[in-house]
Amino acid sequence: MDLNYSPEQLAFASEVRAFTRANLDPEVARKVLEGSRLEREDYLGWHRALHKKGWVGVGWPKQFGGTGWNSTQQHIFDEVTADEGAPQLIPFGLRMVSPVIMAFGNKDQQDYHLPKILSGENWWCQGYSEPGSGSDLASLKCKAERDGDHYIVNGQKTWTTLGQYADWIFCLVRTSSEGRQQEGISFLLIDMKTPGITVRPIIMLDQEHEVNEVWFDNVKVPVSNRVGEENKGWTYAKFLLGHERTGIAGVGRCKRIVKRLQHVAKQAKSNGRPLIEDVRFRDKLAQVEIDLRALEITLLRVLAAEAEKRAPGPEASLLKIKGSEIQQTLTELTMMAAGPAALPYVREGEHGAADVPWLSDEAFRFASGHYFNFRKTTIYGGSNEIQRNIITQMVLGL
Amino acid sequence: MDFNLSDEQNALKDSLAKFIDRDYTFDHRWKIIKSAAGWSRSHWNQLAEIGLMALPVAEADGGLGGNGVDTMLVMEELGRGLVVEPYLGCVVLPAALIKASGSEAQRAALSEGLASGETLYAFAHSEPGQRYERNAVATTAAANGAGYVLSGKKVSVLGGDAADQLLVSATVTGDAAPSLFVVPATATGVRRLAYPMQDAQRGADIELSNVEVGADALLGERGKAAAAIEYALDVACAALCAEAVGAMAELHKITVEYLKTRKQFGRPIGMNQALQHRAVDMLMHVEMSRSMAMEAAVACDNPDPSARAKAVSAAKTLVSQGCRYVGQNAVQLHGGIGVTHELNTSHYFKRLTMISVTFGDADWHLGRYGDTLLAAA
Repeated sequence: MDLNYSPEQLAFASEVRAFTRANLDPEVARKVLEGSRLEREDYLGWHRALHKKGWVGVGWPKQFGGTGWNSTQQHIFDEVTADEGAPQLIPFGLRMVSPVIMAFGNKDQQDYHLPKILSGENWWCQGYSEPGSGSDLASLKCKAERDGDHYIVNGQKTWTTLGQYADWIFCLVRTSSEGRQQEGISFLLIDMKTPGITVRPIIMLDQEHEVNEVWFDNVKVPVSNRVGEENKGWTYAKFLLGHERTGIAGVGRCKRIVKRLQHVAKQAKSNGRPLIEDVRFRDKLAQVEIDLRALEITLLRVLAAEAEKRAPGPEASLLKIKGSEIQQTLTELTMMAAGPAALPYVREGEHGAADVPWLSDEAFRFASGHYFNFRKTTIYGGSNEIQRNIITQMVLGL
Repeated sequence: MDFNLSDEQNALKDSLAKFIDRDYTFDHRWKIIKSAAGWSRSHWNQLAEIGLMALPVAEADGGLGGNGVDTMLVMEELGRGLVVEPYLGCVVLPAALIKASGSEAQRAALSEGLASGETLYAFAHSEPGQRYERNAVATTAAANGAGYVLSGKKVSVLGGDAADQLLVSATVTGDAAPSLFVVPATATGVRRLAYPMQDAQRGADIELSNVEVGADALLGERGKAAAAIEYALDVACAALCAEAVGAMAELHKITVEYLKTRKQFGRPIGMNQALQHRAVDMLMHVEMSRSMAMEAAVACDNPDPSARAKAVSAAKTLVSQGCRYVGQNAVQLHGGIGVTHELNTSHYFKRLTMISVTFGDADWHLGRYGDTLLAAA
């Protein structure tokens, strides 16, 4: 047992860092480090740079154009690129629908979709949740009725993250009302340009446009766009959620936020002394750092176990709960560090730093916005209460 | 980065697990803790046969040269079995002190009895009113010809009841930092008050009144023991973290089993979501603690003392919090039966609680970790 990186792993980390510094647009890095909002091109520029290098298929098998990296390398890549201010790779295509297409899609679907996901040509979004189907996802109503070689899709999806940028959406649709509700669901790949699809923004509490409603009004989808068998979609949906799990812990991003928080806690003053000297604040920072290290090692244990084809241990299901709690704590601490600078509502472009000279530190411009935004983390991807139900059943057997 | 155990480590873990399952059931343990000594020499000898006493002793000194991970594996099993034999106090801690401070000749001389399990050593360090301070040692050592005269009071000495030899920290008149002395427990002027502790382990308070020792009693160099004490206490904290993980995981298992079998309102109480989620949160503490016990175990072999201290204090903070959460809630979920002496639940709870306040509680270690943030400022 050794929790240190080997010389080869350290060399790999240096390689990733050098590549990131040479290829990441500094303006994008600035936005990421400061936490301001990113546009479609900000994500895609980095995506294309990685694709050119052959590094975009992190976690993909080599046969589909993946990097073939082991779990530790994947973690190093995540940690180093996050530290340098690289935007998160949008997971919907790369980490969510791709594993489903690889495992259950036919050759035509693999040949058509996977290269376009790798290149960044097609941006994907997720059509799972509906207004009446949140935690109880299997109750979904969005309907797909067979009409010759097509399905006619009618209904509504919601909480569609960055759907405003998407070229394609993967959807869970109801193809049968017979029997158990889980057994009447199919998995469809839908081109967002198909007539009858409407995307409407949902403005979140931080007043940002991140998620959407997606409406389907007699949308014609070729039957050939169905993944796997009709009415077996629930199986694929659960498979996908399993792949969502490890990424959602957000360890790399959390480490970046901790580093920044350490920095601002030394700059900001409290009662005339650096904030870091305030024992009440320092204890909170120390605690979240310790929790994050425990999460990181637990994540590495899970990844190592999965890589060796051992069954994921009970710790796998804990990552989402702990990771989201830590992310929320970090955004809350950053807001606390801001003090009175937490109050103003400032948006990139509308009020640049130059327009708000009374803010002592730019680091705090988005502190409260992030705090509000990150309340989502304990809700999305299966709320933390649902995660506890899952662990209760699957791990504790209660 | 590697989470695998070697074949030797797996074999060690297996043989110890067999010993616990076969010879250290709750009934065995009950008889042991009710005996006059409070621990069993024959079980001690069995542990020695498995190789536990030689494990942390360097190969050059006649031991097996085990590392931090080896100690972790052992302590986790001992925690699972709630073993009361003083392995931490009389083997892990003295082995670390002797390794870090003794001269070559001293290491060889002291290690023989240690590695065979025949000689019991205990670290007499904590003093009244000092809580967890590691290097403020009020016990004095006055020069006396070529030797020294020791005087002072030591409290809560783990294994101090049974130790043959005491490793005593004391400050030589005029020195800024403490020294270590090897003092026979039977030396004139040594008075010990032995007692059972809350968790059924044994310890002692020890008073030294003008205890005369020779120059050769000085372990290592005079006034240079601070680093060895820091090291040994970090090793002990890492070992406690591993023991806690073994005990916590077992207590969690026992509690989940109880939730499945105990019925109220005509159904198992484990069908109540309030209790289910509590059991999940307990599991989270167990697994996060397990990760940090690994971190601490690996850190024990880190040659950089500040990196070691940071990792160990991170671990002891988180594990102490886990001890509290898992212990308290195991009792709560058991209801009335959880607060009785007859069930093993309360025994696990008490051991976990004592671990959480031994060699620094969560707050103390959080403060020590926080100091490293200041140092980096």
